[in-house]
Amino acid sequence: MARSRQTNDNLWTLITAPTIWALHFLASYVVAAIHCAPNEDIFQPIVETRIMVGVITAIALVLIGLVLWRSFGEWRRHGGGYRHNEDTDIDRERFLEFSTVLLAALSFIGVVFVGLPALLVVDCR
Amino acid sequence: MSDATPMPEDTGRSPDAEAVRRGQEERLEKVWETPKGWRYWSAVNNTEVGIWYTATSFAFMLFAGVLGLMVRVQLAVPENDFLTATFYNQVFTLHGTVMMFLFAVPIFEAVAIVLLPQMLGARDLPFPRLSAFGYWCFLIGGVFVSGSIFFGAAPEGGWFMYPPLTTQERFTPGYGPDIWLLGLSFIEVASIAAAVELIVGTLKCRPPGMRLNLMPLYAWYVLVVAGMILFAFPPLIAGDILFELERLFHWPFFDPERGGDPVLWQHLFWIFGHPEVYIVFLPAIALVAMIVPTFARRPLLGYSWIVLAAVGTGFLSFGLWAHHMYATGLPAISLGFFSAASEAVAIPTGVQIFVFIATLWTGRVVHSVPMLFVSGALAVFVIGGLTGVMVALAPFDWQAHDTYFVVAHLHYVLIGGMLFPLVAGVYYYWPLVGSRRLSDRLGRIAFWLMFVGFNLGFFPMHLSGLIGMPRRVWTYPAGLGLDLPNLLSTVGAFIFATGILIIVFDILRPKGKQPYAERNTWQAGTLEWLAEVPGKSWGVRSIPIVKTRYPLWEQPNFMRDYDEGRFYLADAQEMKRETMVTSVLDGEPVQCLRVPGPTFMTMVAAILLGAVFILATFHFWYATIVAMVASTISIIVWLWHGTAMIPEKPEKDVGLGLTLPLYMSGPKSVGWWAMFITMIGDGTAFLSLVFAYFFYFTIHPEFPPAGVDGPGLFWPMVSLALMLGAWAAAGIALRVNRAGSVGIARALMAAGVALALAGGAALVWAPFGAGLDPVVHVYQATVWVIVIWTAAHVAVGALMLAYCLARSFAGKLTPVYDIDISNVALYWHFMAGTALITVATIALSPLAA
Repeated sequence: MARSRQTNDNLWTLITAPTIWALHFLASYVVAAIHCAPNEDIFQPIVETRIMVGVITAIALVLIGLVLWRSFGEWRRHGGGYRHNEDTDIDRERFLEFSTVLLAALSFIGVVFVGLPALLVVDCR
Repeated sequence: MSDATPMPEDTGRSPDAEAVRRGQEERLEKVWETPKGWRYWSAVNNTEVGIWYTATSFAFMLFAGVLGLMVRVQLAVPENDFLTATFYNQVFTLHGTVMMFLFAVPIFEAVAIVLLPQMLGARDLPFPRLSAFGYWCFLIGGVFVSGSIFFGAAPEGGWFMYPPLTTQERFTPGYGPDIWLLGLSFIEVASIAAAVELIVGTLKCRPPGMRLNLMPLYAWYVLVVAGMILFAFPPLIAGDILFELERLFHWPFFDPERGGDPVLWQHLFWIFGHPEVYIVFLPAIALVAMIVPTFARRPLLGYSWIVLAAVGTGFLSFGLWAHHMYATGLPAISLGFFSAASEAVAIPTGVQIFVFIATLWTGRVVHSVPMLFVSGALAVFVIGGLTGVMVALAPFDWQAHDTYFVVAHLHYVLIGGMLFPLVAGVYYYWPLVGSRRLSDRLGRIAFWLMFVGFNLGFFPMHLSGLIGMPRRVWTYPAGLGLDLPNLLSTVGAFIFATGILIIVFDILRPKGKQPYAERNTWQAGTLEWLAEVPGKSWGVRSIPIVKTRYPLWEQPNFMRDYDEGRFYLADAQEMKRETMVTSVLDGEPVQCLRVPGPTFMTMVAAILLGAVFILATFHFWYATIVAMVASTISIIVWLWHGTAMIPEKPEKDVGLGLTLPLYMSGPKSVGWWAMFITMIGDGTAFLSLVFAYFFYFTIHPEFPPAGVDGPGLFWPMVSLALMLGAWAAAGIALRVNRAGSVGIARALMAAGVALALAGGAALVWAPFGAGLDPVVHVYQATVWVIVIWTAAHVAVGALMLAYCLARSFAGKLTPVYDIDISNVALYWHFMAGTALITVATIALSPLAA
């Protein structure tokens, strides 16, 4: 196992994907708020806002995808498996990698969910 | 890592070994002894403080429960006049407030303070006095808020205190909202203190060998929930500040006539309020995660999936806040984001329920009272979760908003997701606290009364809500179809309350004749069950080496080795309280930490700080200032005599051939982490104020309003330069001091004090000199509040540097022993960030606009 080329997983790498989710959420909310909060012309189509949310969503999905790809690959290269209750470095590493995979998958779904309103809502009503 | 160290091979039965062991135990007992007589109240040990904390929050729960029953009596029949309308408002406001702020959140902290050290095989948490301080704050603030109802002065604006109802004297005269705001702000101090303590405890005080993948799931939940508190409570503190400034000094944050907006309060409140639901729910589910394996007689399935659920819920729950605000007229696209996140959070929440079911399915379930309450919890919570999925959809919510449907939903979630698991935990863990088991028979009777009573009481509320009964109404007319559901709800509530009373009776009844429970009475596998019966105040006999998730099941001879003191720190040769600090990832021993013992200082500091908040409530300004000075002095005295103590020798032998340092500063020390974590919470509160600024920026076409000049560029830039100078002084002082140039370091600390004070003064001068009047418009008020926040923090930073200077002269801060300046330098990193954002916001962004 070429451990040197692998990331040493820790609590920060564990929460990277959900942090991207949170930033995506915040950015989408701010973009919409800047356009719609003055609440003046609510029937005006908000094409640019929707495109911007779409772009933010795409970036977030790519980033989370990278996290997913990395952690999944490393988990597989460390032998995969769903039991990581041994008192060894490798088990701790595999546990963190697999948990990262799960969190990244959840974050991916979360970003897709949050991006959907931009597909469906056309103005500031 | 010395986890491979073999156990000494002697049998431990020779007379010599026996004498050594007795000597060790006597010393440990003496060192960890609970103070006697009136000095008992100076205890800081987690066993005492945790139990006071738990008992106090249960007492508040019973008090709030009585208020709930009063609500139900009033609503039992139409046109009732059991309570007056005003008093009814106070009763339901206090019911919600006390249940949430004085029971649901504190009970998490309380139970974690009791259990976490035991689960981690630690003697105590790293900052026992901080826990005690938090407890006294909680008690004082809680009594203050709850007591107000006996004077007819309780808050009456609902537990979320929406302005303008609560900000304007003509709607809510009296001190009610001030009591709510200041009393609860004070309690939030306690919550954040507990969060700091629990995060550092989980990360740094695990037993040797307990890697992240071997941590008990309870500890994972504690870590996540304490982290959530750090990001959830500060926005509410920021909201409280804005709210009080409006009430006391008429600064117009929520007054639309002067540019304010009441919706901002709703944002800040629910950025706190929605994560709070999960802050309440996750720790209770954590108890389930400990109980289920014990009674399924097998390890929990899907450890990683539980970590996913805990961490995932922790994050997603922050994207839900506006689902309480669907009816405020936010644009549909924003509602969509919140609705989507609210649906997504059902995934991790559901995952943990499935993990529990799968574990029970594949195990051999032993029937018991704790399991009965766990099954009840799962059933009730699932119903609450399903209605949650319904109200998370904006169109449905527009129909159900502010009706009894929501009341039904939230009680199903909280009672199923929190109260039932908590009672399961009480029955499960009582033998650790009271040395005896609670009664199986009474437990079963209590369960069925509670389960039937709860469903009878709260299920009809779905119907009364759908029929159209609004929340918070004092009474309702007959003949709308509401009579029967309301009567059933009242009957159910009383049956439910009878169940609770039986539990209270079971806990309080004298059990003198009943034999002690056997040790590890449920045959569990985790470390907390190492506790002797009756319990010892030393926490753990020796700090064990952990290699599995369930050491009592999976490590042979574990309990014997532990009892015979064959692990670390089996003795207290120097007669000091000690525990072990380990590394975050793998639990490798790093330091032998001396923890402080009993003191009344924490109580004194809490009383004085409480006085600040209480005196401010009644506008006794001079007395408030005196109390503020006194509380600051008390905290300094506490720190001076109790923290960063220089040990009599640099390191000590902790047993098994391992020698560890007794003192450590910088990122490896617990104090550094505590400062780091505190500053994250502090930074979140600051960013919430900045959020307010940009919130007003987005809702106003012109911000600053036309014709108003900002604080200009000159003075803010001067102040920024001075503050950054102080930051540099603090950082260089740390390095220079460490390099041994004590004189230069002292000069830098003194210069830092001067620069900081000058910077703070220049910052305050900027809006003052420009003539910004905070009462006129929300723009001026927001600039002022950000300036005051930063100036106050600079003043605290100056005080810290002065403290380091004094410590250096007193010989308590040296080039080797430098925790104080190391932590203060860290504070100044955050301070520099705060200063930059402040100046960028108030001086630079209006120009850009």
